[in-house]
Amino acid sequence: MSTTVAPHAGAVSGPAEGAGQRRPPSFFLLAPSVAVLLLWMIVPLALTLWFSFQRYNLLDPTVGGFAGLDNYEFLVTDPDFWAALANTLVLVGSVLAITVVGGTLLAVLFDQEFPGRNVARLLAIAPFFVMPTVSALVWKNLMMHPIYGVLGSVARGLGLEPVDWFADYPMFSVIVIVAWQWLPFALLILLTAVQSLDHEQKEAARMDGAGPVSQFFFITLPHLGRAISVVVMIETIFLLTVFAEIFVTTSGGPGNATTNLAFLIYARALLQFDVGGGSAGGVVAIILANIVAFFLVRTIARRLEV
Amino acid sequence: MSKRRRGGAFFAFCLAFAAAALLPLGAARAQTTITIATVNNGDMVVMQRLAPQFERQNPNIRLRWVVLEENVLRQRVTTDIATRAGQFDVLTIGNYEVPIWAKQGWLSAFDNLPAGYDAEDLLPAVRTGISHENKLYALPFYAESAMTYYRTDLLQRAGITMPEKPTYAQIREIAEKITDKNSQTYGLCLRGKPGWGENMGFVTPLVTAFGGQWFDNQWRTKIDTPEWRRAITWYSDGLRQFGPPGATSNGFNETLALFAGGRCGLWIDATVAAGLLYDPKQSQVADRVGFAPMPTGDFAGGPTWLWSWNLAIPATSKQQEAARAFVAWATSKEYIQLVARENGWVAVPPGTRRSTYENAEYQKAAPFASFVLRAINEANPTASTREPRPYGGAQFVGIPEYQGIGTQVGQTIATTLTGQNVEQALRGAQSATERAMRQAGYPK
Amino acid sequence: MKQTAAQRALIAALAWGVALLLFFPILWMVLTSFKSEVAAIATPPQLLFEPTLESYAEVQSRAEYLRFALNSVVVSLGGTLLALAFAVPAAYSMAFHPTERTRGTLLWMLSTKMLPPVGVLVPIYLLFRTVGALDTRTGLVVIYALMNLPILVWMLFTFFKEVPKEILEAGRMDGARTGGEFWHLLLPLTLPGIASTGLLSLILCWNEAFWSLNLTSSEAAPLTAFIASFSSPQGLFFAKLSAASTMAVAPILVFGWLSQRQLVRGLTFGAVK
Repeated sequence: MSTTVAPHAGAVSGPAEGAGQRRPPSFFLLAPSVAVLLLWMIVPLALTLWFSFQRYNLLDPTVGGFAGLDNYEFLVTDPDFWAALANTLVLVGSVLAITVVGGTLLAVLFDQEFPGRNVARLLAIAPFFVMPTVSALVWKNLMMHPIYGVLGSVARGLGLEPVDWFADYPMFSVIVIVAWQWLPFALLILLTAVQSLDHEQKEAARMDGAGPVSQFFFITLPHLGRAISVVVMIETIFLLTVFAEIFVTTSGGPGNATTNLAFLIYARALLQFDVGGGSAGGVVAIILANIVAFFLVRTIARRLEV
Repeated sequence: MSKRRRGGAFFAFCLAFAAAALLPLGAARAQTTITIATVNNGDMVVMQRLAPQFERQNPNIRLRWVVLEENVLRQRVTTDIATRAGQFDVLTIGNYEVPIWAKQGWLSAFDNLPAGYDAEDLLPAVRTGISHENKLYALPFYAESAMTYYRTDLLQRAGITMPEKPTYAQIREIAEKITDKNSQTYGLCLRGKPGWGENMGFVTPLVTAFGGQWFDNQWRTKIDTPEWRRAITWYSDGLRQFGPPGATSNGFNETLALFAGGRCGLWIDATVAAGLLYDPKQSQVADRVGFAPMPTGDFAGGPTWLWSWNLAIPATSKQQEAARAFVAWATSKEYIQLVARENGWVAVPPGTRRSTYENAEYQKAAPFASFVLRAINEANPTASTREPRPYGGAQFVGIPEYQGIGTQVGQTIATTLTGQNVEQALRGAQSATERAMRQAGYPK
Repeated sequence: MKQTAAQRALIAALAWGVALLLFFPILWMVLTSFKSEVAAIATPPQLLFEPTLESYAEVQSRAEYLRFALNSVVVSLGGTLLALAFAVPAAYSMAFHPTERTRGTLLWMLSTKMLPPVGVLVPIYLLFRTVGALDTRTGLVVIYALMNLPILVWMLFTFFKEVPKEILEAGRMDGARTGGEFWHLLLPLTLPGIASTGLLSLILCWNEAFWSLNLTSSEAAPLTAFIASFSSPQGLFFAKLSAASTMAVAPILVFGWLSQRQLVRGLTFGAVK
């Protein structure tokens, strides 16, 4: 198709007349975004790279100078660093799994006819609109609090000992909170995809004697492939940098049980005010992001026919 | 149809946005506006509420408030002052920050205060904590030491009397007797939330009382030692057996809420809690609170808890005079009287002025008054630990790196509440601290 | 549909059960906000209680809610509009005039979004200080626009991809120019997609809590800063916290519900079909 574009591109007029004749018009449309993003990417990246080789602690201006690879060495020899990497992956992986599987099942469920469907749907997607800080505070104080929380009361009502969520199952608790926020997002996207599924196709399948289960696996699921990719893609971007939920609830602990890379960098950069060390962490995070982007985005991008 | 209406709605939104953006925020601007960054603690909230009085007295000064949770505030003001961005004219900072920041030249000194201010009235221990080279670099808003709170009714029912000077061993025994988990009464409440200003605020004096310390005179880390092991074992055993569930999420405020809600039998924490626990509006146990000194261990005479929240002015502030006027007002005798008139004497900001404690009405309203005064006077944050030490501070280590180190060790200590072996935890804390100190270039 | 009555009842019960379960924390937060502080910590929790507005009054007396809310509205809308202004042309050119570098550019844009913001706070803070953008709405608008640009470009790209080429072909035969093609053919077709992209961006801006806390102090502070002043106060605080949270969440929640159909319509049209 793009070949047919070329002759018409010549017909462009307006402010770009003249010089624009030779350049494709797309250049002028794309350039501002790319330039702005380039700046946004390059300026902080350059500064971060620069600082990561410096001795620079905000609290102690007397220390300074070139640090060589010291900041990096200090980072990778930190036992917390590897734990943080692992925690980051566990958090991203679990939330993705929960939201994609749960979202798919819920999408199919909410696609059925039942009384009050629209209202129920509104209620189910509500958590997505709640600020991460607020949802963490609500879960911590009103839900999971072992004395005043609703879950504790339910447990006592059943004659059980209330669970001390953030002490005994810290990572699980954080995953629950984050998944609670993102499950509605997955539901929203997947539901629209399910709804766009051709009903005649389903009807035909039923005529051929396919039960609801095989209908789901052979018709619905393949149809959802692309929507699932969208969910995975957008969620990964946000889950890699989860911070507020951890900051409010566990502060990365107990120990390093819930310290992810974003929190580790925070501890470096804003508790110790070690800009050099924090920047080294930032550079590592960028590298990690690009590795993830490389694998993930490429597989998904193929699906999306980019 | 509906599509058009929606388009209209979108258009209206854009219009509203444009209008909002053009509207100037404060139309009538006074001559000087100062921005005050403060913590959302009760006493500061009262200050914010009473501040219009200051504005009436000083019609050419307007106040803008930035009230934030402690951790967020600290991070905000540190970034700001260290980059010399000058967003704030008055900062609320602790006696941990004041000497360190004063040394960096980041704060304005308070010399030649107005005569009516009576700086000699400030308690000497508090004054020393916020001075650098004999100059005040902040003025104290309220100050605290620590003490033991207990529920008189629970002890009575168990037939125990609180010793005049309890030891940590006795505290443990009492906690055991008054714990009744079935009625959700927990014998021992302590801070468990990781952070240098949270659990480590209690743990550091605890370790001192058991004869331990953070660093020796050569800045060698002394965490993996028998003293720390005994202290942390007392702490984690006590909290796990007699403490409330969820201890690792409880900082000062959460524990205060627990005690005020009648869930705790004993609580060792800041003296400032007394004013809140004795206030029937804020506490369900106001008529059943008793108090005793901070418990002692086998080393007495070391530094005990001393913390003050202070108002300071960054050197970069362009409104030095107005800021100074406000700080002097908020830390003055007149301000304390104003709070007393508005909220009663029990609610005045404690711990800063001798005159407060000499006031008969305060002594009547606050039965703990003379007790707190003695605790603050004796806190002695610069005293030596059992072995000599190169740093100051009672419940913190007075070096810039401590925020990071203390929080990291606090995390490791918190794991002992969830079943981690104490020795292992301390070994981890020792090596992490050694690394951090090496990175920071110690010994200096 | 040939489900039996029992099956239908089961589906309805299941769906409503899940919906209520997901909504419960929010419902509980709203309920708690109308309790007194003492009622808020009662165990077992009270479902029936005498509603009071005292927590709302207390919160309002301590912070001017409307000022924070106005900042949130201005900054979210501003950030979204600015980002759309850059993203629409970029996505358009990528979708309709792709080159061999398009794919790489798109992936690279997305990867920029995975950098944790805390890693670049100090550099950005220094930058903002130098240009005097600290505590200004403009500064926050720019940050928000940049923050969401990659996602917006990518979403719009997928929407534009869906436009049948034949329609554009037909338009071109009639002599439409690029500009005209965009305004008269493409925009009406992709408006739902653009709208739902904008809505998503609005929600993300509204809920952003890192930059807004660190780059503002008072003039430009949005609702996330409002929450930070209530997150852990002294004494009993559950009801006050719930009231402040409800106030911070309510506008975007209502807005999200009202625009839900729009959001879904756009999404159905584009990326997820």
